[in-house]
Amino acid sequence: MNPVELKYSKDHDYARVSGNIVTFGITEHAQESLGDVVFVELPDEGTTVSAGKSYGTVESVKAVSDIMASISGKVVEVNTEVFDSPDLLNSDPYGEGWLIKVEVDDLSLLETMMSVAEYEAFVAEEEH
Amino acid sequence: MVGPKRTPLYEEHKVAKAKLIDFGGWEMPVQYAGVIEEHHAVRQKAGLFDTSHMGEIDVRGKEALAYVQRLITNDASILHDGKILYSPMCYPTGGIVDDLLVYRYDSEHFFIVVNASNTDKDYEWMLQQVNDFEVSVENVSEQYVQLALQGPLAETILQRISSIDLSKIIYYTFTHGDIDDVPCLISRTGYTGEDGFEVYCSAEFGPQLWRKILEVGAGDGVQPIGLGARDTLRFEARLPLYGNELGREITPLEAGIGFFVKLDKEDFVGKEALQAQKKQGVPRKLVGLEMVGRGIARSHYPLQKNGEDIGFVTSGSFSPTLNKNIALGMIRADLAVQGDVLDVMIRGKAVQAKIIPSLFYKRV
Repeated sequence: MNPVELKYSKDHDYARVSGNIVTFGITEHAQESLGDVVFVELPDEGTTVSAGKSYGTVESVKAVSDIMASISGKVVEVNTEVFDSPDLLNSDPYGEGWLIKVEVDDLSLLETMMSVAEYEAFVAEEEH
Repeated sequence: MVGPKRTPLYEEHKVAKAKLIDFGGWEMPVQYAGVIEEHHAVRQKAGLFDTSHMGEIDVRGKEALAYVQRLITNDASILHDGKILYSPMCYPTGGIVDDLLVYRYDSEHFFIVVNASNTDKDYEWMLQQVNDFEVSVENVSEQYVQLALQGPLAETILQRISSIDLSKIIYYTFTHGDIDDVPCLISRTGYTGEDGFEVYCSAEFGPQLWRKILEVGAGDGVQPIGLGARDTLRFEARLPLYGNELGREITPLEAGIGFFVKLDKEDFVGKEALQAQKKQGVPRKLVGLEMVGRGIARSHYPLQKNGEDIGFVTSGSFSPTLNKNIALGMIRADLAVQGDVLDVMIRGKAVQAKIIPSLFYKRV
């Protein structure tokens, strides 16, 4: 269900690492909890995101949620597809529903994120 | 420890894998399959709602009609047996206690349906207004399950399990009849902007009716609908929600429901204040808004023009049927000009919205 090659955060985001470019998005569990996503707000290309700070919002019909950055870096690409098709976050969170690509300063911070097994255990614990 | 209240259909919601939330002290389904899917199901086919959390108050006695007339702004004297009236119920200030439906059984018996979040408050208020009226007022909410089947297929579906001719029940009237052999009060009313029925039965028959309606409607795409879609449906149809468009500090004239205020009726609570407001000119007006900039306007977000506060959003959402972001806003009456642009303050940022006609959706 959750791809094994990704890293996961306690805020229910994932990171897909490719060299020093990391793609971020929300997890399957996050989209399931949110319900139908109707609006996504993302930072512009060239802006910086900081670990632990919000870099955008995801809105469902009923609620607004902040998207938290797991690590710091510069936004090099934004998935503008999700502006017109926010439902991509529901239907394909790990694929077409990706959010931003970040050029990461310090890749070692990725070590603080969870593996798929750790994340799935974390989710099971949360739901308990 | 007192937990949240649950309707007799709680177990059915769990079976249907509903996502449950707290709604005014009630544990209710906000969605089942998903808000957008449920919304479209009601507009295109039919959907079933558990609205048992709503309140029902029985008014009986020789002076029942006179008492009801005093309580509400609308004119109940036009009712005949079996007819229903929508009305706000006001404070002496003209602010709103609740909006409700009055069902007339006969001149000495009225059945009043109120919002779930206001039941206790309304009942207290109604008891206080009894004074010398020869009338008895009873909160009978716990005795009833209320289900709503709404959508173009509602009559077809329900007819399969009823021996009475549902086509004879015209809009805003009610009758008693059987549904799946269960005695029910059946009214042609609803809160979605679609055709449909609200069905009241004795609490113990609730689960049976719920299951039967879903069963006979399954082949036609009937599904259970949660409070999330209930809100997007009523909002598109510009039906007011207490706590958003209506409240203690809002008069029916400001909320755009002045049609239900009959100022030439005999005295009622709030009449003087409403007459004065009408004479002086209603200071605020409810307008429709369409987002021009990117963003969703939501309840209580401030509205500004040229940096100045001019009002607030009462309800706002992505609209599944119109496929755009719209809202209702309460603004200074002098600024309520069609086509004008104003700013919605979304988390500190100004996003433009245009004033449009507020009846966003009307069924054909």
